[in-house]
Amino acid sequence: MVAAALKTLWSGERAGRWALLLGALVLALLYPPLDQWLGLGLLGAVVPIFMFVILALGLNIVVGYAGLLDLGYAAFFAIGAYTTAFLTSPVSPLPFRTDFWLALVLSFVVAAIFGVILGAPTLRLRGDYLAIVTLAFGEIVPRVFLNAESITGGAKGIKPIGYPTLPGVSFVNNQVAWYYLVVAVGVFSVWMISRLVDSRIGRAWVAMREDEVAAASMGINLVTTKLLAFGMGASFSGFSGAIFAGMFQFIDPGQFEFQISVMVLSMVILGGMGNMTGVIVGGILLASFDRILAERATHWLRQAGGLLGADLSWVDLSSSKMLIFGLALVLTMLLRPEGLIPSARRRAELRAAQLEADLAPATDPVSSTPADRS
Amino acid sequence: MNIGLLIENPALLLQVLIIGLSNGAILALIALGYTMVYGIIELINFAHGDVFMLGAMTALTLIQVLALAPGLPASTLVPLLLLVLVGTMATTATLNVLIERLAYRPLRRAPRLAPLITAIGMSFILMNIGLHWKGPSYVTFPPLIPSIDLLNEVLGLRTVVSLRTTDLFVVALTVPLLLGLNWFVRHTRLGKAMRATAQNQEAAALMGIDINQTIALTFLIAGALAGAGGFIQGLYYQSARFDMGFRAGLMAFTSAVLGGIGNLTGAVLGGFLIGLIWALSDFLFDPKWTLVVVFGILVLIIVFRPSGLLGAEVPERA
Repeated sequence: MVAAALKTLWSGERAGRWALLLGALVLALLYPPLDQWLGLGLLGAVVPIFMFVILALGLNIVVGYAGLLDLGYAAFFAIGAYTTAFLTSPVSPLPFRTDFWLALVLSFVVAAIFGVILGAPTLRLRGDYLAIVTLAFGEIVPRVFLNAESITGGAKGIKPIGYPTLPGVSFVNNQVAWYYLVVAVGVFSVWMISRLVDSRIGRAWVAMREDEVAAASMGINLVTTKLLAFGMGASFSGFSGAIFAGMFQFIDPGQFEFQISVMVLSMVILGGMGNMTGVIVGGILLASFDRILAERATHWLRQAGGLLGADLSWVDLSSSKMLIFGLALVLTMLLRPEGLIPSARRRAELRAAQLEADLAPATDPVSSTPADRS
Repeated sequence: MNIGLLIENPALLLQVLIIGLSNGAILALIALGYTMVYGIIELINFAHGDVFMLGAMTALTLIQVLALAPGLPASTLVPLLLLVLVGTMATTATLNVLIERLAYRPLRRAPRLAPLITAIGMSFILMNIGLHWKGPSYVTFPPLIPSIDLLNEVLGLRTVVSLRTTDLFVVALTVPLLLGLNWFVRHTRLGKAMRATAQNQEAAALMGIDINQTIALTFLIAGALAGAGGFIQGLYYQSARFDMGFRAGLMAFTSAVLGGIGNLTGAVLGGFLIGLIWALSDFLFDPKWTLVVVFGILVLIIVFRPSGLLGAEVPERA
């Protein structure tokens, strides 16, 4: 019974998906009082976790739906954060300032524009070369922010950054307000992405991922479809960047390095490429490890060691974050390439090659070689 | 821009050339690993730069274990340094073979992006190993290779250019390795097997070549060269850090792409060219822009001439 119900929920069928979404939403809305009631004190960590989930949702458009491996995703996060900083910070070099809300929208737009600009040169590329070009962009963008000191403050970064304003609510040191803001943006993102994916564009992305030539011959314009994937993927990163800048009131180029791109990628891969529920779960899992569990688990381990009379003070999981993200990538790819909560289609694709090869060995003397090798 | 300075004093160009060649020699050693692996299984072995980093760390550990110090007479220092070099190369070669066996071989039939994603994960794992092993800050190497300026101090020339013994050390170690690899790939049975496997795995297998063994051999050689690179890097720059493999790896990968990926001569040529561009950019603009310049070049080559300088035009596959 329960298993069947869970199966409906996981499988991504419409009714199940909505029930799950509704449940998650209620839980999300009730979380701040719950956190206070249970005395968890985790609200400050939950906001960045949700920010990472939004990042993962955006990257999922590019990697999961359109099948383009983007290794420089943190660049768009940086562009979103710097856009908000430029538009709202009192130390900004711009001659004018805007409201945070306008900056939030503009961050979305500017990141999308950069997604298209940086996506354009990669249009002819496929697979691994595309990944490397995006990686190079991901390295270039924060470095430009770092080096253009007169505009961006260089390594000193930009602070403070303008606060959002709402009648009756103050965002200054108010984690609850930031929490609801990030939930609102998250819900909007989930809604928008699910509409996009179910639309003509979403189907074009999936078709392109499965077979570019076939998709093109069905009348899909590969250029606009790819650029839309890059643009839309980047735009949600822009959202996240704007909230990041506003919440922490400080940004510097070091916060947008390759590690962030890989962390977000691990969330998408671990959760399940092409499945929003999966990506949200993957995002929450890895981001909570990053923000909460690494420190707490270290503490617990040391305490447990103390009880058993072993000195575990050398254990420090927070310096093993890279190891965890690395392992998440390697083990997922080796053991369950479709991710924890797979999209049925993606699983079929990822397993197809394996299946073919597994069925073949009796007749095929060189089963260890890829079938499509030229 | 310091271009005026360069025109007034052309000798400085020679200096840039010397620095560029030393940088380039190390890059060439790493780039060969990328190009060999890509040539044979079409995988950008993202973890290769981190194998290079672990090579430098291994070399440092061996130097400390053998208690090598600058004061030792050359007759003891040289054989012991060679021992360190061989030990380092053996360690990284074994490591690279293990990585292939555990992380890449199971995915050889998977979609092409799967091993690439695994390689990125592997890179992070290795980086974290380096972090736990040697800590988060720079580790320093003892100045075992005496740094003597040959032109000013030995020959007594009065010039702004300095050609140091450390520069000669880099070249003296790199060139034999490059020649040795070239001989191995061109003139031995195993080398022939590697070339055959790179051309067409199925046909090579039908000719009786053990594909798994040949691929493992490729990783072995690539790992050994990365280890040699790490050893030279450590002794030349006298410092190393757990995260240096990432940037060094990307620079070397750029070299491999510039030369034409899959092409051994191309990787060496690309390594020296990127080394020169690196030195020139450090001199003309500012070291802080060098990575932007190099990665900009990477993007331009991939977009406009993905086959590189010496590579044959290869049809792209998904």
